[in-house]
Amino acid sequence: MSDPRQRNGSAAPGTFRMRLRGLMRKEFLQIFRDPSSIAIAFLMPLILLLLFGYGVSLDSESIPVALVVEQPSADTASFTAAFHKSRYFVPTTYATTREAEAAMMARQVNAIVVLRRDFAQRLRGADGAPIQLIVNGVDANTARIVAGYVEGVWGTWLEHIALARGRSLAQPVQIEQRVWFNSELRSRNFLVPGLVAIIMTLIGALLTAMVMAREWERGTMEALLVTPVTMREIILGKLIPYFILGMGGLALSVAMAIWLFEVPLRGSPWLLFATSALFLLTALGMGLFISTIARSQFVAGQIALIATFLPAFLLSGFIFDIGSMPDIVKVITHVIAARYYVAILQTLFLAGDTWSVVLPNTLALAVLAVIFLGLTQLKSRKRLE
Amino acid sequence: MPPTAAAYQASPHSPAGPGDDTPLQFDQLSKAFRPNGRLVQALDKVSFRVRHGTVTGLIGPDSAGKTTLMRLAAGLLAPDSGSVTVLGKNATAQSLQVQAGIGYMPQRFGLYDDLTVQENLDLYADLQGVAHIDRADRYGELLQMAGLAPFTRRLAGQLSGGMKQKLGLACTLVRQPPLLLLDEPTVGVDPLSRRELWAIVDRLVRKENTTVLLSTAYLDEAERCDEVVLLHEGRRLDQGDPKTLRDRMLGRTYSLSAPNLSKRALQAHLSRAPGVLDALIQGEHVRLVMEEGTRPDLEQLLPGAEDASLTEAPPRYEDSFIALLKAQAQVHGAAPSPADPPAAAPPAAQTANAAAVIEADRLERRFGAFRAVKGISFAVSRGEVFGLLGANGAGKTTTFRMLCGLLPPSGGSLRVAGVDLRHAPAAARSRIGYMSQKFSLYSQLSVMENLRFFSSAYGLARERAQERMRWAMAEFALAPLADSASGELSLGYKQRLALACALMHEPDILFLDEPTSGVDPLARREFWQRINALAEAGVTIMVTTHFMEEAEYCDRLAIMATGEILTMGTPSAVKQHARTETLPDPTMEDAFIGLIEARAPAGTA
Repeated sequence: MSDPRQRNGSAAPGTFRMRLRGLMRKEFLQIFRDPSSIAIAFLMPLILLLLFGYGVSLDSESIPVALVVEQPSADTASFTAAFHKSRYFVPTTYATTREAEAAMMARQVNAIVVLRRDFAQRLRGADGAPIQLIVNGVDANTARIVAGYVEGVWGTWLEHIALARGRSLAQPVQIEQRVWFNSELRSRNFLVPGLVAIIMTLIGALLTAMVMAREWERGTMEALLVTPVTMREIILGKLIPYFILGMGGLALSVAMAIWLFEVPLRGSPWLLFATSALFLLTALGMGLFISTIARSQFVAGQIALIATFLPAFLLSGFIFDIGSMPDIVKVITHVIAARYYVAILQTLFLAGDTWSVVLPNTLALAVLAVIFLGLTQLKSRKRLE
Repeated sequence: MPPTAAAYQASPHSPAGPGDDTPLQFDQLSKAFRPNGRLVQALDKVSFRVRHGTVTGLIGPDSAGKTTLMRLAAGLLAPDSGSVTVLGKNATAQSLQVQAGIGYMPQRFGLYDDLTVQENLDLYADLQGVAHIDRADRYGELLQMAGLAPFTRRLAGQLSGGMKQKLGLACTLVRQPPLLLLDEPTVGVDPLSRRELWAIVDRLVRKENTTVLLSTAYLDEAERCDEVVLLHEGRRLDQGDPKTLRDRMLGRTYSLSAPNLSKRALQAHLSRAPGVLDALIQGEHVRLVMEEGTRPDLEQLLPGAEDASLTEAPPRYEDSFIALLKAQAQVHGAAPSPADPPAAAPPAAQTANAAAVIEADRLERRFGAFRAVKGISFAVSRGEVFGLLGANGAGKTTTFRMLCGLLPPSGGSLRVAGVDLRHAPAAARSRIGYMSQKFSLYSQLSVMENLRFFSSAYGLARERAQERMRWAMAEFALAPLADSASGELSLGYKQRLALACALMHEPDILFLDEPTSGVDPLARREFWQRINALAEAGVTIMVTTHFMEEAEYCDRLAIMATGEILTMGTPSAVKQHARTETLPDPTMEDAFIGLIEARAPAGTA
């Protein structure tokens, strides 16, 4: 294909602006009349945010535990009281280990804490009293958290009784934990920013690939191609409206994140919107590129889901930490645009304008945007083949 | 008036001068496609010219290469070899200039269903670069011409087929193009809309000097063109003034009637008679086309027939097409020969009540507040061929679906094969066969697998299924293709397979929904031979069609509009309705249009 500008100038009646405006107006009319576009752009973010904001929680709070007290005493009562006070646990007291085990099998409790018959007696001895902890290890993540929490409760309680007896516990070094950036360890705080990346991928890639395929499917593309319009104008005519729609979806998601879920936004909003715009371009580029291959809405939708949405969900570090993935998968994540955007979003929301994170990731996004949009421009021809 | 040019051959070596006289020229054009690795030669060294200020018809059945040719001219495809010159420019190398100069309407009109009439026009005006100050006048003119002025705010998706077609044309014409390419603009559109479209095209050519290349599968449209190019299997078979082509057949076409014989038996007999090229039922007569230099002899054709009469009939364009195709088939020697009347198996379960197999009484169907079918009554008796004709939206499809037990009626009573469809639709369904224009076959399955699937879908026992499959293979000459994927069959063979599938369970009633759309006239004749044989064997046939020729095959037909039956009767009786002093011998199309026009106020068809 020859240089489009040259072809533009010589043959086409009317102007670039008139044609582009016509295409964009058409696209907006279609967006407003077709409830499915609006649904993907605004309803989908709403549902995903509500689902992940309220429904999914990676925090461990109110964990049901079984306390087995073989010989109740003042000490055991004081210890179980410590569990009752903790907001992490909902304890149930059983008399025998057997009963507690049955409760674990029935998934009524996640852990069993056993206080032996000689608990009170050994507590006063030189070595202190041991407790037995049995954790349901099916979900390894939760198991580790539960074990840690139980240890915490145990340690605090020991300290308390030591103080009550007028002497401090002989511990030369104490670990004092501080969690940065998300001091309350609320999973919402990192899920919701990551979700914005998923939503932008949906609007950018899925919606664009589908609406482009719709033009092929309904035969309107054939009619468009036989007008003086250039391929570049057709691409821009899709890019601009869905860019605007995507930024609308972004604004909605950010607003919900800040005001509904109270996720702190520590970075600057302009940087958030600038990097988001760049990511949206990448996503739109992916969607348009898919549409150069797939000419039915069904195929375009399938490809977009598998090539953009699922990787953004699984390989972006949105839920699953990239650092703990196998090396080969780690390498693959480098071509997933969402990976860079999730990093930027989580940094901007929770840490602030940390340029050392934002800049390299932004650069990577820019490279991907150029690649996808460039490929689209290369692959798109005013031909039916 | 266009010059009545004699047929002339386009020389492949003539200079491709950008002269005004030849806005469009094809030179040795070839194009092949490779669907699933199989080579399909869509066009094979096609050359011809389109003269300025004429309507040239590109005529041929589906898969003749019409759409490929149109797309090549519009610069949407690049040829494998050869070239297309459009308005002095090469359509491949200078596609954007070409596209800026022409108007092109693809088969599906290129309309946005979720945009209004006005918004569609605005879009194309923007894309075509029509200056804003010129728009009001142009819009007014186009809307007036298309009869869409009252509907500018209606969504294009809510227009009828005929209105969509006219809007599509209006969008193509926003910037009055000197050359207009119309790809099957009349396919799937009712006769009234077809006639209106032709009026627009004629006006463009006569008044505005536009050049039009129009493709169509309807042979009767050839006669409206200044010149026709006949395309068949990617090759140009013939070209010329349709009148000249038609007049070649002068003296070879006759009309024969024999009141004592059934018209179907008569046609079956005559089509095998020596010297007969083509025999076609037309009302109460059989129309004959004789081989060149053969005169029909009544004694020889129908020995012993007493009151048979034979008169010469005016030739039609289709006759010359049939003659050409038959000559081709002889040259290639590969023509399927279903000439013997197919010995269709008699229906398994003969209905005791031979009087009426389908009985509809005040049949009604509502969709919400909309009455799609408004209390129609009719009865079809055993072995009868009954046709339903009507414009898009007349209620044909809804009626059909109710008859097949796919849609429960909202009111009235309906008995099919003696079963009340409101109570036992499944029982009735096992007695009916259904075939639609879409040929609902599984394209990835082979011929054999499709037959096996439909046998099992109809619940045939193993031995019976085997027997029926053998029957289908022999009857429809499908055996050599048993292992071919059905998606790769030619249209004619797909149609045969679809009919075979619909007949696997030997139904008493056969429903045909526009069964021969787009197939070539030879395949259509072959198809109707089979249908006629089935009817003779006692199968009741119910058919919807847009082809007026098919209407002639029916014993009786009903013309529907807006959910009602306007008229019902034999083809001759229906045609009699339209008889006036100015039109002493109306065609079925005249009758149809007359009835619809008398009924519906203009613009709401």
